[in-house]
Amino acid sequence: MTINEKQDELIEDFELFDDQLDKTQYIIDLGKKLSPIAEEYKTDDNLIRGCQSKVWLHSEMRGDVVHFEADSEPTAQISKGLVSLLIKILSDEKPEDVANADLYFIDKIGMSSIITSRRAGGLASMIARMKEFAQRAAEKVS
Amino acid sequence: MCVLFQYNNVNVGYFTILLTINGNYSPLIFHKVLDIQKIRQDFPILNEVINGKPLVYFDNAATTQKPLPVLNALTRYYEHFNANIHRGIHHLAEKATSAFEASRHKIQTFLNARHVEEIIFTYGTTDGINLVAQSYGRTFLKAGDEIIISTMEHHSNIVPWQMLCEEKGCVLRVIPINDEGELLMDEYEKMLSEKTKFVSVVHVSNALGTINPVAEIIEKAHAVGAKVLIDGAQASSHIDINVQALDCDFYVFSLHKLYGPTGMGALYGKKDILNAMPPYRGGGEMIKEVTFAKTTYSDLPYKFEAGTPNIADVVAAYTAVEYVETLGKKQIADYEHELLVYGTDALQSIDGLRLVGTAKEKVSVISFVMDGIHPQDVGVILDQQGIAVRTGHHCTQPLMQRLGIPGTSRASFAVYNTKEEIDKLVVGLERVKKMLS
Repeated sequence: MTINEKQDELIEDFELFDDQLDKTQYIIDLGKKLSPIAEEYKTDDNLIRGCQSKVWLHSEMRGDVVHFEADSEPTAQISKGLVSLLIKILSDEKPEDVANADLYFIDKIGMSSIITSRRAGGLASMIARMKEFAQRAAEKVS
Repeated sequence: MCVLFQYNNVNVGYFTILLTINGNYSPLIFHKVLDIQKIRQDFPILNEVINGKPLVYFDNAATTQKPLPVLNALTRYYEHFNANIHRGIHHLAEKATSAFEASRHKIQTFLNARHVEEIIFTYGTTDGINLVAQSYGRTFLKAGDEIIISTMEHHSNIVPWQMLCEEKGCVLRVIPINDEGELLMDEYEKMLSEKTKFVSVVHVSNALGTINPVAEIIEKAHAVGAKVLIDGAQASSHIDINVQALDCDFYVFSLHKLYGPTGMGALYGKKDILNAMPPYRGGGEMIKEVTFAKTTYSDLPYKFEAGTPNIADVVAAYTAVEYVETLGKKQIADYEHELLVYGTDALQSIDGLRLVGTAKEKVSVISFVMDGIHPQDVGVILDQQGIAVRTGHHCTQPLMQRLGIPGTSRASFAVYNTKEEIDKLVVGLERVKKMLS
């Protein structure tokens, strides 16, 4: 499935809910299913700055795809859910696809205010970090 | 005994008649009652619908909303007398200048300053503190001098002093607090010595709501010859301020936390001290005469107001102060205290919620944490229910470190808030708990 196919599927899932609170509940529940990041990856280098809650992101190349693992501190459940969505959409995809991805699902599921606002969330910096890694990887390949 | 007093079918107040033991009546005491529903009509933004729910605005410690008279004052200024001030000879310039200076007089009265030129317009509290740190601090403080602040300062009353300490080699000392969020005054007294040259403390804590005993702080600092700045950002809308009675050397506040416009504040300073201080910024307005050889500076207050000031917002500040005075500081404080007591009881009844900051003397600010729940999640889920609170460290990271928490959620009440809104907050928080369990 391409990045956009994954996004479209996700948008469809969220269309089942009328209420923003139900969407948030769904995100929280998805976060609970996120496999935890290995302790060795919870380093200062992997810590995303600018988040009100702590989020760690580990990026590596696996064959010709970029693989991401991420986690947030346990009490930050909405962050954890959003992190799980970003992993689902962007992990194990070709570097150039990740670098050029237009993440329109964020707006469609009503989460843009949480992801982009600097203080509440700061997940925008996580997306930037993922794309930066993919960009560098893509440049190496070509 | 109370007698309700009505005018045009509106309860405007009540009389209390006190009966003394020997049967004599004391003079009548008239209490004005605020009509909160009528006050709410002055704030058009309160009609906003957020996520399909009517807005409940509990982020007043960050900024208060603006009443129609203030909004109208801004429009009126631009529609009828926008001009640059103190310069033009034409009619508009004269009108703008006199409105601008009328605000200075208004703020002088509001703070009970002795002289009108003791009021300097700034861009806000932070700007005022920087002005004092840079102008007074760089001129009068030297290596080894001690500056005292407190654990509950906002970053804007920490960083300007740290910058000064780095430059001049001064030493920053910090008054500790107890677990309730009150200053340890014994520790403060022990800190004071002939080395103490400056004390800069917050009147009311933005994160906890604690009202600090500033009169005592000032008196003790003066006893060792130190100057004192009081950061009144959070106090101005809740507490009666009398700079002459306090005898502080500097007092700073922002209008946007006092139902006024953003980007505008005032610094009060004692005249002799301000006179001894050099200008902080150079430019127009602050000069007497400029030649390439030497420039001489204006007198107070203009020597600290370089460049075209924020004229429209200064003009509208007059109306904001007038609005607060018309409602009455005492009436506002009494009503907000009622909300504080009601809100404290209501929130404490929520299982797993812990109040942060339980000082005996507080303004209407309630900070709290919830077991196993991140403050950010509290903020997001409340927002989705139309309830605006602030979450995070509230620009008081050292305070949060002292309390051993990453941040709190904070509900802060203003005169237009109601008990019904607090009930909605309680329902909202129960929903937060349910969703995150």
